[in-house]
Amino acid sequence: MCTGIVETVEVSGSGKGPHGWFKLEQVNVSYDHPTDASLEHALNIDFVNQSEGPSSRVAVELSPESARNLVKAILDALSLKQQ
Amino acid sequence: MVSVGAMHPYTTDMYEGMLAETIMLPGNNGEIINAYYARPLGPGPFPGVVLIHHMPGWDELYREFTRKFAHHGYLAISPNIYFRFGHGSPDDMSAKVRGSGGVPDVSVVGDIDASARYLKSFPLSNGKVGVFGTCSGGRQAFLVASRTKTFDAAVNCWGGNVVQPKEKLTPAQPVAPIDYAKDLSCPLLGLFGEEDKNPTPESVSRLEEELKKYGKNYEFHMYPGAGHGFFYYPGVGYRPEAAVDGWKKMFMFFEKYLGTPGRGR
Repeated sequence: MCTGIVETVEVSGSGKGPHGWFKLEQVNVSYDHPTDASLEHALNIDFVNQSEGPSSRVAVELSPESARNLVKAILDALSLKQQ
Repeated sequence: MVSVGAMHPYTTDMYEGMLAETIMLPGNNGEIINAYYARPLGPGPFPGVVLIHHMPGWDELYREFTRKFAHHGYLAISPNIYFRFGHGSPDDMSAKVRGSGGVPDVSVVGDIDASARYLKSFPLSNGKVGVFGTCSGGRQAFLVASRTKTFDAAVNCWGGNVVQPKEKLTPAQPVAPIDYAKDLSCPLLGLFGEEDKNPTPESVSRLEEELKKYGKNYEFHMYPGAGHGFFYYPGVGYRPEAAVDGWKKMFMFFEKYLGTPGRGR
């Protein structure tokens, strides 16, 4: 299944890749083939900085259920900040 | 020269040799790209196959596939269709291409066509060249076989988005490949899994209707119990029986339309 499903968002922050910390500029979220996860399709998130080259990337490949749990955890953490 | 199609196993007294290396060649618009080229040693002549790598990248699996074709007596070349996006590990490059909107169809067609011409110009070529691709490469194999008249046979393995609804068209992929079906210029073999979600059995049937309408020479096989990527032995989608049968059908198909492959002895 090559879905071609990709959503892109600009972000600010830092990520730690194979060469250490780097400035994040973009996150690409796709639902398609994973490289490593034992899933036919995965929710793939790539935190990248295009200007620093393709290896400036923090990648995760999650099952759909895990991805939903992650979204909930992020939103929960942010809502706690506001209390 | 010895026939080594799927029905002709080799014998243990044969000499066997292969050259496999990365080369540079002119791709789309004459722009230089790199490619992995494997060929049997020996005088030939050999038929050729261009392999279009899948969406996960120009990776180790495609080098294995390329050498497999050379082992079976073909000049086999796998161009790096992501070359213009820069260099890094195959998965980093795949992620970069994915995040950049995908590789443009026009550059893929140009790179694959140029790779076939490179093979045909090789002194050991028998003048026949096929194209093979899996996943996005299957879609692109169908596309290039329809947009050019360079190929003598094409194999589309589970290519998704050949039937591409308008809402899924993008600047990089502006036309659904099925819209070019009337221009398909060579025999087509299609290998698909019944449990695949893209292409679904319904979209394979839709493509088949279109090929029938234009009187095209095609042969489709739909494997029960298989989904997407059933050749990929490192993955969860690997289905040994379907994979073994698929390779066998593919070698028979290529032998029929590209001529007898050689081992180079």
